[in-house]
Amino acid sequence: MEGIDGSGKTTQLALLAKWLSAAGHPVLVTEWNSSALVKAATKTGKKKNSLTPMTFSLLHATDFADRLLYNIVPPLKAGMIVLADRYAYTAFARDAARGVDRRWVRELYSFAVKPDLAVYFRVPIEVSTDRLMARRVKLKFYEAGLDMGWSSNAVESFRIFQGKVLDEYDRLVEEFGLSVVNAVGSITEQQRTFRKLVSQHLQIEETDEQLDEQLA
Amino acid sequence: MNSLTSSSPDVESTIRPGSYYGNGIPYLPIDGYPGKIIAIEGTDGVGRSTQIRLLREWLEVQGYGVIETGWTRSELMQPTIELAKASNTLNKLTFVLLYATDFADRLEKEIIPALKAGFIVLSDRYIYTAMARAGVRGVDRTWMRNLYGFAIAPHLVFYLKIDEKTLIRRVLQSRGMDFWESGMDMKLGDDIYESFRAYQRSLLREYTSMADEFGFRVLDARRKVEVIQDELRRQIGAFLAESETSAATTTTG
Repeated sequence: MEGIDGSGKTTQLALLAKWLSAAGHPVLVTEWNSSALVKAATKTGKKKNSLTPMTFSLLHATDFADRLLYNIVPPLKAGMIVLADRYAYTAFARDAARGVDRRWVRELYSFAVKPDLAVYFRVPIEVSTDRLMARRVKLKFYEAGLDMGWSSNAVESFRIFQGKVLDEYDRLVEEFGLSVVNAVGSITEQQRTFRKLVSQHLQIEETDEQLDEQLA
Repeated sequence: MNSLTSSSPDVESTIRPGSYYGNGIPYLPIDGYPGKIIAIEGTDGVGRSTQIRLLREWLEVQGYGVIETGWTRSELMQPTIELAKASNTLNKLTFVLLYATDFADRLEKEIIPALKAGFIVLSDRYIYTAMARAGVRGVDRTWMRNLYGFAIAPHLVFYLKIDEKTLIRRVLQSRGMDFWESGMDMKLGDDIYESFRAYQRSLLREYTSMADEFGFRVLDARRKVEVIQDELRRQIGAFLAESETSAATTTTG
């Protein structure tokens, strides 16, 4: 699942996981930048705001390599479904937005397993910003792209940075054939589209009534 | 399982010293920086740090600004690398990537600023150490070279070469075998000495195979410290004299 902050992809992922589990598919969720291995370094770097676009990129790749080994490949071998809240495309989009060489990042991640399905929740900046503001999310230094010095105002910087990330995602849709879900619609609508996409890969039959029941 | 992207081999035959090996760091153009990078490579026990200490003294006496940089010494990564090594949860990819992060941090924070300011950077080990260790562990060579495409080609690389037997004796004499330097993660066998020997042998082979590709100046590390130092000074002195002459010609027209 891919998309910028405030695209709603985590909500969509949770609903999908529920559906898959109910249908008897064992599911494992893995989140971007969650391995214990790089936690200390990321924390140090973030606290001191000392991460550069390159070290930011490499730390995330290290995190990904660690999760690939421990959290992604074993469940795949065991025949489970791995739901990844962000995948390598996040790195392709964010690192390029920070000025890292596009080709280099792609080659860096060439050890990654190609997902069976990559879904991109596309949302305009205004919508994602409104959602984050409504939840009173405090924009963090790197998430808002404040390290780039484009603006000292967090919200303004977030808009500029996420705008660049969106442009990168648009490139990726074509380059890697990401399936796009319009993330402006209602949660239920999006989930319906999402489940349809997933069904094509899993042959799960389900009527809209059943879905409405679960979402109620 | 398919990999995400297929990497195309990049054949870079003539890399100018002081420029990036690959596409580099787009937001940090380094062309025309006056500083120099001199890397001293070699396995454990070849006396790199002694040679660097002596070189620094000699260069500073002549009026050159010198900074030193060394493997895994970055502020960002040192604690993480030590912790990860101690807990044995690393695999070959995370091992390689932690080292690359350390290098990137030192490159941007220490090396590039020093080059810009005209310092001579004495590097205790350089990316070739990472490549040798990864090579022994079977990490894809093309991938490794792409990964370090953001590294700067040093102006001089000295490889302090040693034979297997001398190497083993020196390491045992100095600090003994440790888990990683014995390649125990590679599970070559239960006998730590045999594993250590096999590992060091493959490491030497990796360094040798890189000598031509990266233009190593090979020095026999079994000779006396002073003899090696004299040789280093002679070659570095000649290089600095030559680059000063060409810099002068460029400025005067």
